[in-house]
Amino acid sequence: MRLFSKWELIGVGAAVLLMLVILPCLNAFTPESSWLHVSNFTITVYGKYLCYAMLAISVDLLWGYTGLLSLGQSLFFALGGYMMGMYLMRMIGDLGQYHQPIPDFLVFLGWSTLPAFWKPFSSLPFAMLMAIVLPGLLAGIFGYLAFRSRIRGVYFSILTQALTYAACLLFFRNSLLLGGNNGFTDFKFILGHDTREPATQRGLFVASGVALLLVYLFCKWLTTTKFGKVKRAIRDSENRVMFSGYSTANFKLFIFVLASLIASLAGVLYVPQVGIINPSEMSTDKSLEAVVWVAVGGRGTLVGPVIGAFAVNAMKSWATRAYPDLWLMFLGTMFIVVTIFMPKGIVGLPAQLKAVYQKMAQKNNAGFPVPVDAAVQPVKPE
Amino acid sequence: MKQSTKIYFTLLCGLLGMLTVSVAEDSAVRENLSRSILSEGAEQRQQVAALADTGSKLVHDVLVAWTRDNVFLVTTGAVKIPVLLEDLTDPNGKARAIVIADGKFLLDENKKELRFGPTELTAAETDSALRGVIQQTLDSLALADPNPDSRRNAILKLGNSHKLKNIAVLQTRLAKETDASVRRSINEAIAMLQLGDRDPKIQSAAAHQLAALKSIGSLDMVTALANNKSAAPEVVQAANQAIVKIDGHIGVVNFFGTIFRGLSLGSILLVVALGLAITFGLMGIINMAHGEMIAVGAYTTYVVQNIFGAGFAFSVNLPFTFFGHPLGFGLHLPGMNATGAFYESYFLFALPLSFMMAALVGLVLERTVIRFLYRRPLESLLATWGVSLVMQQLFRMVFGANNVQVSSPNWLQGHFTINDVLLGYNRVFVIAFAVLIVIGTWLLLTKTPLGLLIRAVMQNRDMAACMGVRTARVNMMTFAFGSGLAGLAGAFLSQIGNVGPSLGQSYIVDSFMTVVVGGVGSIVGTVYASAGIGTSDQILQQVTGSPVTGKIVVLVCIILFLQWKPGGLFSIRSRNLD
Repeated sequence: MRLFSKWELIGVGAAVLLMLVILPCLNAFTPESSWLHVSNFTITVYGKYLCYAMLAISVDLLWGYTGLLSLGQSLFFALGGYMMGMYLMRMIGDLGQYHQPIPDFLVFLGWSTLPAFWKPFSSLPFAMLMAIVLPGLLAGIFGYLAFRSRIRGVYFSILTQALTYAACLLFFRNSLLLGGNNGFTDFKFILGHDTREPATQRGLFVASGVALLLVYLFCKWLTTTKFGKVKRAIRDSENRVMFSGYSTANFKLFIFVLASLIASLAGVLYVPQVGIINPSEMSTDKSLEAVVWVAVGGRGTLVGPVIGAFAVNAMKSWATRAYPDLWLMFLGTMFIVVTIFMPKGIVGLPAQLKAVYQKMAQKNNAGFPVPVDAAVQPVKPE
Repeated sequence: MKQSTKIYFTLLCGLLGMLTVSVAEDSAVRENLSRSILSEGAEQRQQVAALADTGSKLVHDVLVAWTRDNVFLVTTGAVKIPVLLEDLTDPNGKARAIVIADGKFLLDENKKELRFGPTELTAAETDSALRGVIQQTLDSLALADPNPDSRRNAILKLGNSHKLKNIAVLQTRLAKETDASVRRSINEAIAMLQLGDRDPKIQSAAAHQLAALKSIGSLDMVTALANNKSAAPEVVQAANQAIVKIDGHIGVVNFFGTIFRGLSLGSILLVVALGLAITFGLMGIINMAHGEMIAVGAYTTYVVQNIFGAGFAFSVNLPFTFFGHPLGFGLHLPGMNATGAFYESYFLFALPLSFMMAALVGLVLERTVIRFLYRRPLESLLATWGVSLVMQQLFRMVFGANNVQVSSPNWLQGHFTINDVLLGYNRVFVIAFAVLIVIGTWLLLTKTPLGLLIRAVMQNRDMAACMGVRTARVNMMTFAFGSGLAGLAGAFLSQIGNVGPSLGQSYIVDSFMTVVVGGVGSIVGTVYASAGIGTSDQILQQVTGSPVTGKIVVLVCIILFLQWKPGGLFSIRSRNLD
């Protein structure tokens, strides 16, 4: 089986060219007065979207491909972000408000020396290791417990929601020594570069783009393997897969851990670009928002989540400025409409329209009903 | 200045009331008051002390005004008349004078009301000896208050005063007192005062007495005595015994208080989760907007309260225009300006209305969104989350982003005490009503034709349809009923907590967990689970010392519990795999 169709190859190639080459070059090499110039602000905003797109892919991997609607992806995203944040906090050094060698909020809480668990975070490799180990471990333990007792469908969603809620409450506490409800902010340096420099932001932007491309390619490859087929079979009928001799729990556990790592990676790249991480990033609402991106873009495809993440967030950026009071209404209404009328999202829209068109044309011509295209058929019950 | 204004006001009300009620008795008290203000020295002190026997509110008010230099003397010729100034002043800052002796306004020769400014008159003087006597009289007056609670407060104040001379006042009162609980308080207060006695025998007797009374209020004093280096050893020993006893009692009281709070929290969870048990458990719809149904109920209570009061109005302007006309919507409901018992009864009207309002919203939601999603539970979760966002924003636009004030009716305020455990009326009411709702729901589901149809459709939709059941209508009714229960829960919550746009969000996770733990589709399971989760939540909050840690532990426990019983407490057995 070929990895890419022709159109997909062209589309992805064009996107890569635009994101990884054209935008950074326009930002770096054109003068600010030129109409071709891409502002630093745009670069940070798009960098943020790239991270969201990664998060959306991780949601889609679970929901679109395996039928597991996890409301805990924002937790893993934020965990990765917190690990990166801890490293960035250490890099501030004594340039904080209190000019102490420890982070400001610790000074505020009455600490004079660094708590032991903070010490190794001065090294980026350690922070990155933790950004893999911690979400992976949490996803592993939770997934093991959940899948072992065959929690599936909506129960899985509710449990992941509860897990996220509990973690969110925990991170709001000051006694966790992770900044309480203010979280981490006011970062200064990453690997010796000033985080507010345009060049650093550009670097992070390109890094996010490359990461997204790699995640995309990896997931694309994964879906074409036998593993990917089992995954989709689990989505469509888990019991049949089980009776065919596959241990569905192990498959689901693997994909759950993998998705948590992707989300964590997205969080790691997200934090230095937006410059803040706090517990509200791990609320269940954020998880649901990520699910919206996937639903809007089109689940069960890998392009869909990326398109959805960009489209919804671009709209959010516009609407929160133009109609700050009504933005939540837009989002909510969009969600209702998409869920009911566009189960395949933007990606599935052409096929859906085509089916409707064909149906109408057939009706006009022949006057007898024709089987409806698969695109508009409801998804099978779980 | 504000304080004195208040006193005048209460005084005036008191005066007007008393003029009509008991003129004869009143006039004697007034005469005595007036005479005591005018006399001097030892005689004056004696007269003031004698006023304690009257038990009159008027005496209290005048004496308090006197110590604050708000009793004035008007000199007309050789006669001095003690007066109070009215709180209403004319533009010149002058007020009419109320003669203490008869409660009427002071008139001049032409029967015209005289007016004075506070600086024009001399205040009736008090020296320190007199102030002491006045204070004692006020204390005795408070002890003679007709309300037992006020008496107890006054006794407690004396007990904490560390002044041995107050024992005599308390003992005189003890001889007259008939109320058992007040007698107990007096004994407690006397023992507390006796702790400060010089005689070690009296001190240890007092400590034993406090231990026998299990007096929580005296713990600080007993502890201080036990730590007192100069106290006699037997006194310290007695004090330590008392501490052990009182501590034990506090433990028992806290335990039962926690259980009670847990049960009341559990009842709220129960009413919230019961609606969810019906929409989620029976219909298989994950309604993320269930929390907003709670808010609908709470806001309905708020609106009903306002209609009974000054009325309710809002208007919202949308940031769009239609051919130049700004778009918006609004509503004005006139108020009934009800007072007294009728106003207090607003909550009784609010209860059915909040049920109906939430049921109506549920009905609309079912017809417009949910009916497309009966076979797609995961997607019902997503669509209803969208609904929840829209509704939250609507609340924000209509009622504002801040919490609104819902006042509890008088009959839900206050509490009664059983063996030092406080039981709030509102919480008792919630528990009782939750029991009623559960029984009602159970009866509806098992004893009525509608219940039969609901159960039939939920067990097997297709088969029920084949039998001629109009499943669409049953779905509609069931969903509306579940939403209505959420609305009722909202009406309760408005009495206990804050009412704001995100009210529902704080309960939605808990109530989903309750339904899952209880066993989806099982009403009995929901009852047990909500009582269990509510109580363990409260106990863990006590043990871990923080609400958040308690909540986290509960959530982790629930996740572990589902390992043991994945189907919840009461799972429905079936041969179906899914």
